[in-house]
Amino acid sequence: MSWSLFLPLMIPFAAAALAVLGPRAGFEARWISVGGSALHLAAAINLAVVVAGEGVVAAQMGGWAAPVGVTLAADALAAIMVLAVAFMGLAVAVYALADIDRRRASAHWHALYQLLLAGASGAFLTGDLFNLYVWFEVMLIASFGLLVIGGDRAQIDGGVKYVALNLVATLCFLVAVGLIHGQTGTLNMADLSVKIAERPSAALDAASVLLFAAFAAKAGFFPLFFWLPAAYHTPPMAVTAIFAAVLTKAGVYAIFRVFTLIFPESPALDALLWIAIATMVTGVIGAGAHTDARRILSFHIVSQIGYMALGLALATPLAIAGAIVYMVHNIVVKANLILIAGVQRRMTGAHDLVKAGGLYAAAPLLAFLFFVSAMAMAGVPPLSGFWGKLALAQASVSAEAWAALAATLGVGLFTLYSMTKIWLLGYLSPHASGRAHAVKALPRGARLALMGPVAALAATSAALGLNPGPLLEAAGTAAAQLLDPTAYVAAVLGAHG
Amino acid sequence: MELLVATAIGALTASGVYLILRLRSFPVVIGTAMLSYAVNTFLFATGRLAVNQPPILGASAAGVVDPIPQALVLTAIVISFGMTALIVMLMLRAYLETSDDAVNLDPEDRP
Repeated sequence: MSWSLFLPLMIPFAAAALAVLGPRAGFEARWISVGGSALHLAAAINLAVVVAGEGVVAAQMGGWAAPVGVTLAADALAAIMVLAVAFMGLAVAVYALADIDRRRASAHWHALYQLLLAGASGAFLTGDLFNLYVWFEVMLIASFGLLVIGGDRAQIDGGVKYVALNLVATLCFLVAVGLIHGQTGTLNMADLSVKIAERPSAALDAASVLLFAAFAAKAGFFPLFFWLPAAYHTPPMAVTAIFAAVLTKAGVYAIFRVFTLIFPESPALDALLWIAIATMVTGVIGAGAHTDARRILSFHIVSQIGYMALGLALATPLAIAGAIVYMVHNIVVKANLILIAGVQRRMTGAHDLVKAGGLYAAAPLLAFLFFVSAMAMAGVPPLSGFWGKLALAQASVSAEAWAALAATLGVGLFTLYSMTKIWLLGYLSPHASGRAHAVKALPRGARLALMGPVAALAATSAALGLNPGPLLEAAGTAAAQLLDPTAYVAAVLGAHG
Repeated sequence: MELLVATAIGALTASGVYLILRLRSFPVVIGTAMLSYAVNTFLFATGRLAVNQPPILGASAAGVVDPIPQALVLTAIVISFGMTALIVMLMLRAYLETSDDAVNLDPEDRP
């Protein structure tokens, strides 16, 4: 049982070590990265099967019983997140075969990439608040490296803001950890859940708000999202795609975990509904102002984080299940749109859509895949974005949160507007240079590595939309476990007691 | 002693925040370093302030202090040291590439 929790952490670490120290370090480490990601996905599937069969599973490192030892635990939400991230990890590793050049690879790009996956898996699986901090740092240090490797000016500029804001958020997190430990004498999440419910205090409320601010900055909530559009459009598209799939979602996951398990009564949650709506609206308005495909997509990440926050703000089983479904859909589709943007750039020579065009005539397959993903993003039925939004809209109606309902539907329309903008400028209109063969075909060697993941992710999105049953069911289980943490607490504390 | 430690943490935090808001690379580096000192001291102080007491329970000891915050702060110091090194490298690179120490390199974003 404990191996199933342990493997999704160790495989990426081993792959990272092998990519640095192994005989094929450098450019050929890309194959180690693909292999490691494939094994990671297998371990994640195994974990999901175990969690689906046994409910919440927990393991104590070194055999020290909780709350003394370091706990790893996985409930349905953690298993879903690990699975989604491992899946994206493999897709982007394949894309990176062609997207990451020799210069970046020799700076150990692939090792950092595996470390990022390891850090994210650790953040999802840990049952200890301080270890959550450590895993976040592992993930962030890897992401700093990925963000600035091979950097030109813009990349460094984005990197500086990203590092500075994340550092401040991390320090907020640490102060909160210190306060919580000083008040309760424990950092085990399950133990905290019990102790804080028994003995709430004003200092713990303050700590919970600090934690909220730290995670909100990492997740990109309004008004702490400004670093995201400043940094995400600068690195290679493989980096942006995995960031979109992993980093902000790890922040959202941490908020879901901490504010259902440890602080379900936190005063920060009172503001969450309006923060969620503001995040949705500002993100989509920011996207409307740009014509660079990368910037449009970066702002959309912010907007869609708002949907996930809305799920927690409404805090009904349906809303949380909807938010989880939406998060999985978003991880797949958003990353895919970013990968497609990378292909667009290679074919048309420009990220700015005003300078691009003509892709519909030159690359009908790419156009079809973009269309599927863009419609899924906008939430057009029956694609994957529809179900999450439907659940969130229904939950808003039953909670009589009319502003949330209006935002859910209105932001969907604006998303459609942005996607239409990319479609019209990048695909339907002729290439801006006016020359007949301005759109280049992909080089032969790169075609499969670039288009394979894009096609697979578009197919996944369509499959999630046409057959949403399994995902809805898993998300329902996850929501029930989040809203009633007794199973989680029993699995962690009762395992050896 | 509580007053002294609390004042030190407050002063470090205040100057750290001020320096980070200067939006010049060197002040930002020093500011983040000061802020992490403040947080590390705070973390250390959450184990309660006590003098001359061992962190390990023993037969001869008069009392003990909580060893967990000391372990936490050690981890936090290592990580924040690594982060500071990284941010110094990043700022240096930004400065050498542009001969400008502003954090916003884009002239339109300048205050």
